[in-house]
Amino acid sequence: MPFALIVALRYLREGKGQTWLILVGVGVGVGVIIFLSALISGLQESLIDRTLGSQAHVIVRPREELPRVLPTSDRAVGVVTVERPAQRVRSIVQWQQARAEITRIPGVIATSPTISGAALAVRGDGANAVLVRGIEPNSYRGIVDLDKFLMRGTLDLEGFGAVIGVGLASDLGLSVGDRFRLRAGGGSEGDAGGVQTVTGIFDIGNKDLNARWVLVSLRSAQSLFGLEGGVSTIEVKGAEIYGAETIAVEIAGRTGLVADSWMKSNEQLLIGLRSQSSSSLMIQVFVVLAVALGIASVLAVSVVQKSREIGILRATGTTRRQVQQIFLIQGSIVGLLGSVVGIALGIGLGYLFSTLARGPDGTPTFPLTLETALYARTAAIAVGVGTLSALMPARRAARMDPAEVIRSG
Amino acid sequence: MTHSERVLLDADPASTPNGGADALLRLEGVTKNYGTDVVTHVLHGIDLVVRPGEFLALTGPSGSGKSTLLNIVGLLDRPTSGRLAFQGWDVAAMNDTELTALRGRGIGFVFQLHHLLPAFTAQENVFLPLLADRGRRDDEMMERASALLAEVGLSGRAGYTTNSLSGGERQRVALARALVMRPPLVLADEPTGNLDSESGAQVFQLLRTFNQRFGTAFVIVTHDDRLAAQCDRVVHLLDGRIESDTSAG
Ligand SMILES: Nc1ncnc2c1ncn2[C@@H]1O[C@H](COP(=O)(O)OP(=O)(O)O)[C@@H](O)[C@H]1O
Ligand SMILES: [Mg+2]
Repeated sequence: MPFALIVALRYLREGKGQTWLILVGVGVGVGVIIFLSALISGLQESLIDRTLGSQAHVIVRPREELPRVLPTSDRAVGVVTVERPAQRVRSIVQWQQARAEITRIPGVIATSPTISGAALAVRGDGANAVLVRGIEPNSYRGIVDLDKFLMRGTLDLEGFGAVIGVGLASDLGLSVGDRFRLRAGGGSEGDAGGVQTVTGIFDIGNKDLNARWVLVSLRSAQSLFGLEGGVSTIEVKGAEIYGAETIAVEIAGRTGLVADSWMKSNEQLLIGLRSQSSSSLMIQVFVVLAVALGIASVLAVSVVQKSREIGILRATGTTRRQVQQIFLIQGSIVGLLGSVVGIALGIGLGYLFSTLARGPDGTPTFPLTLETALYARTAAIAVGVGTLSALMPARRAARMDPAEVIRSG
Repeated sequence: MTHSERVLLDADPASTPNGGADALLRLEGVTKNYGTDVVTHVLHGIDLVVRPGEFLALTGPSGSGKSTLLNIVGLLDRPTSGRLAFQGWDVAAMNDTELTALRGRGIGFVFQLHHLLPAFTAQENVFLPLLADRGRRDDEMMERASALLAEVGLSGRAGYTTNSLSGGERQRVALARALVMRPPLVLADEPTGNLDSESGAQVFQLLRTFNQRFGTAFVIVTHDDRLAAQCDRVVHLLDGRIESDTSAG
């Protein structure tokens, strides 16, 4: 074992009370950082999971029809009324080529053609406004893991099969095997009078979607909205969730279509997550600062207490460099041992949290993201901060004049 | 290899520059002032030559500059002016690292008080200078330390912490530490000043024994005239000047 390490360890062992105090200090700091990081990333992961569980990374649709600009008066310059074209489901021109082009974009792992349109779901006297989603179950599985949400029945959309949410099912009193009618906004009811048979019921974990989504085959939706052979949207999944905006920009550039990433359509969520991350980072920075000041002040006191011994070490052949190392190593060791204490503390807090913070039904509200990478990163920070905090006291120790120190001792 | 390491490896004084001849230590016109605004002149033109194997007492009233002189001789402090050569090498030209290496291997120290590290055992205190020099612990340094502790009559105390030793025992541990590097010179600042006369006599006797057995030169600061009388040479300091320099026999 090297000289400076031997002396550093002895000094730490000798200063029992001080050493424990500083270890507890570093431990609490590391514990708070571990817990906070795990909490925030667990929370964010579950929020994003919930958002993206039922949503494509990028949704591609046709360009808006040009609004007509109506001059309001002859004299008023620049004051215009923009009249939106009547709402109807529009098709993507040559969607097969567009889809092939999108598939070629790096980072895209799945695409699925879909149709989305507003309609009324009618059964007997009851009628609910719904969002009809015409899909190809096979390719759509690559975008949203529908099977995961299916509660009853199957995901069979052949012919006039429809899969609806639990909300709609209870509103209209529908169960698997029951029939209902879809009526699109334009008054057209498609062929077969828009009659669908419930083949499955899903629970997507979102009250609004559970009450509004009606999944039908692409062909049913095409006839319902009068889009023979066409689709209104192409849904895209990327390899990496935060790569969605880049892919969207690329799609718009290559196809001339409108491409919205989940990041753009959930801007508020992202802003929220970002400010959450930065306030968590700020707390961590202050914790690190407090820990650093703690280590530095304990070591500074120790340098003063040990000044005579430092003088004796210097007189007996210890170099300035070695003296400096003795104190730097104490800082690193305190950081290392403190992070062991802190990781244990962080995990303990995590357990406490997951037993205390439960939803009304007793399930954990969300899982903490406690992982090795977080421990390793925090321990590395603690060792680095420990060593850096020791720098000033260590330099001071190394600069001590042995003659002065021995005389005054 | 640093400059001073080379000095020590070729430590044949006759072959070193600056006309080392047989001088272990040579001071020429050494002065020491303290302070910048109010200057205290502590040493005035000290000329002194210490030869290998000498057993020298440095006496003088309190405040006459004995400790100051010892610190300069021990390379812990630099003179304000004048020349200082250790083993023939002019130390004025050396940087701190070189001085530390020269001091660590060339000079042993015994101080009056508080000179052991309480976090270490007696044996560890003895080999600490070797550990600092070699960088790593090895068996040879532990054996050397044990042998020296036996020489000072403390073989049974090797594993004791220094706080459990008596004053005389601590001073003997310090003496063993001063000798562990086998230096040609040991400086002792009132080594018996804090001991009862019996322990003091015992420690002084050990200094004498090592001087004779290993040929180590000793410079011993003392207030005790009876001890000074047992030295080969007595240098008396008064107000920062050598007032007398007498050799016995
Ligand atoms: N660092 C210092 N600053 C100012 N004066 C000092 C310092 N060290 C020693 N002195 C003065 O130098 C004189 C000699 O001190 P010292 O060498 O300790 O004498 P001795 O060891 O002979 O008693 C004293 O007057 C002391 O006050
Ligand atoms: Mg003195």
